[in-house]
Amino acid sequence: MTKTGFVLANLFHKKTRTSLTLLSVVMAFVLFGLLQSLNLVFSAGADFVGATRLVTQSRVSFTQSLPMRMVPEMDAIPGVQRVMYQQWFGAVYQDNPQIFAFAVDPERLHEVYPEWVMPEEHWNAFRDTRTGMIAGKLLADQYGWKVGDRIPMKSNIFPQKNNSKDWEFELVGIFDGKDEEWRRQTSGSIYINHAYFSEAALFGGGMAGIFVLRLEDPEMAESIATLVDERYLNSSDETKTQTEKDFQVGFIKQLGDIGMIVRWILFAVFFTLLLVVGNTMAQSVRERVPQFAVLKTLGFSDNSVLAFVLAETLALCAIGGLVGLGLATALGAVVAQAAGPMLPIAVDGRVWMAGIVAIVVLSLVVGLLPALRARRLKIVDALAGR
Amino acid sequence: MLSQIIAITGLNLRSIPQRWGPSLVIIIGLAGVVAVFTALLAMAQGFQATLKDAGRTDNAIVLRGGSGAELNSGFGGDSADLIKLGPGIRKGKDGRPLAAGEIIVITELFKKGEQVNGSNVTMRGVEPASFELRPQLEITQGRMFEPGLREIIVGAGVARQFAGVELGEVLRMRGSDWTVVGIFEAGDANDSEMWADAGTAQSTFNRGNGFSAVRVGLESPESLETLKAALAADPRLTVEVLQEQAYYSAQTGQFRATISVLAGVVTFIMALGAIFAALNTMYAAVATRTREIATLRAIGFGAMPVLVSVMVEAVVLAFVGGVAGAFIAWAMFDNLSVSTLGQSFTQVVFAFQVSLPLVLSGLAIAMVIGFIGGLLPAVRAARMQVTTALRTQ
Repeated sequence: MTKTGFVLANLFHKKTRTSLTLLSVVMAFVLFGLLQSLNLVFSAGADFVGATRLVTQSRVSFTQSLPMRMVPEMDAIPGVQRVMYQQWFGAVYQDNPQIFAFAVDPERLHEVYPEWVMPEEHWNAFRDTRTGMIAGKLLADQYGWKVGDRIPMKSNIFPQKNNSKDWEFELVGIFDGKDEEWRRQTSGSIYINHAYFSEAALFGGGMAGIFVLRLEDPEMAESIATLVDERYLNSSDETKTQTEKDFQVGFIKQLGDIGMIVRWILFAVFFTLLLVVGNTMAQSVRERVPQFAVLKTLGFSDNSVLAFVLAETLALCAIGGLVGLGLATALGAVVAQAAGPMLPIAVDGRVWMAGIVAIVVLSLVVGLLPALRARRLKIVDALAGR
Repeated sequence: MLSQIIAITGLNLRSIPQRWGPSLVIIIGLAGVVAVFTALLAMAQGFQATLKDAGRTDNAIVLRGGSGAELNSGFGGDSADLIKLGPGIRKGKDGRPLAAGEIIVITELFKKGEQVNGSNVTMRGVEPASFELRPQLEITQGRMFEPGLREIIVGAGVARQFAGVELGEVLRMRGSDWTVVGIFEAGDANDSEMWADAGTAQSTFNRGNGFSAVRVGLESPESLETLKAALAADPRLTVEVLQEQAYYSAQTGQFRATISVLAGVVTFIMALGAIFAALNTMYAAVATRTREIATLRAIGFGAMPVLVSVMVEAVVLAFVGGVAGAFIAWAMFDNLSVSTLGQSFTQVVFAFQVSLPLVLSGLAIAMVIGFIGGLLPAVRAARMQVTTALRTQ
């Protein structure tokens, strides 16, 4: 019998108990996977966003619009390649208000966001069609939109000049992300033509919510941010400029203390788990005291007995943990599908890494005491049942 | 039979201290489940209560049609004046219709301890009638702002959670300085806002004579329909009229749904884990007492009392765990003040509410888990073959 076989055979010497413990571990790791992915949403945020862009918003808050006259002023700042502006449209499609629609200048968008991938003729069509609109791939898939469709869209902020909040746009392109991370961002986004919006809206035309500055050199981010903010200091349109990443993280931080609650739950789950597995291992070792004595009599060293017990714990945690993480991955995909763009959770590589670390730590913590106990056994005492 | 049940159950329960380890698994497992369940729902409940209490059934909010939220809404002063003259609005103390034009500006404050990322906080420009419309609101520190001056009063929730808003401190907005002169408390979502004079706010934020919304006091809750019909019939206005309490309650739906789903999923998965752990413990408990149980059966105790005794042990342990969990949730979270993003994209400060019904449902869940966890082992104990069991070691 190989050593692996021996470990597994020992592990399952009480089938009911091991299976029940395994199931508890599986459940705990399903939760661990889901909650850890949620935790990542709240803590890490936008790692995929490069540092080549700055976001300038009003210092009061980003809901306070800034005047468009700032666009050429910012374009002229040395080190700034191109400035994009966008105005939040407040779109509601059917009954879904979770659509991030912005009025933009198509050419500037194309230049500042090379991460959006779309055939060149669609970019041209977006530029040339006043009532044009482009939609993210995932969003278009969700509603079955095709290029050429006319899409009715309400705004919950801006009425047209005729006082109606019903708008209609022509879908002239569907953009995709350059990679998996960016594709995920397309699940809620729409861009419309700012020139058209500006002319048709009853108010708000000459304004933009935020400016996005594409830099020639990411190293200059800090100095340019300071430069912009100093320029508008003490004006009625004071600005706050930060890297795009900080801006994105800021959004998520607004959700605030929810992240803390999630961490508490993770902690509670893990502690409970520790106890369950720890108890099983302790029980199992207690029952097999004579067996270990026999092993030692046969010539196995103290350390190999210790290793056997640790290996058993590790096997228990690893089988349960990996199955649990697998289930969590499947469940996570379902949850993400159902929750939409507001909750972009994914049980991905980072979660698996954290899960594997948890498995190892857990095995050591719960396995060590019983393992040491087995190692310290005196053959004579053990065989005599003392 | 009853006396048998009592005798064996007593025996079981008294022997628990001799096998603390395995019993603790049930207790702590259930404490975890109940603590998580209670804490999550206490959060949802606190959030809901904070918003619901902010609204009254005899107040109404008038927004531009299709806005859905005050933040998205806006109309000129002339529209606001027309709205204030609508029918069904009760008279205020000064004999004029009780109605206030209010403007909403979102400002950024830093949470205490945060340096980089600001959070959105509602600043509301208000008219004198705004206070009469919210009688629950009291100034607890400092004084009222002076109309015409750039002075601001800050809600108690904002004062608790955010930095830079102590009495006497100065907030800079659009090139102007605003002094904090008072702290107010309403015990609801209003505490998450900062208030200033509407006229001063209009000029600072370049809003002309426009308002975001008009808030009115109704003669009775039923007058809502009168006002709604009259304003809808006026060709000069495109507005929607919402009952104040309904307006606030609608904002809690999504958060409550999200948290309830989270609580449901987490509790369910944890509960499954806890059931497996409880089964484990009870099987082990039965196994170690095999001879004891067999002896009892041999001297004439029935199968039923044995079964009941095992079940009672499991449920009692689960109950103790549940109480411990509820206590942990209460001690750590009750009245804990936190904030999160509300639906109008600004921070809502609220406190966890660990209520009795919540604790009771937590305990009920614990006992159900204990019952399920005890059932199979109890059946095994009751079915034990006395002769074989006596021979086991």
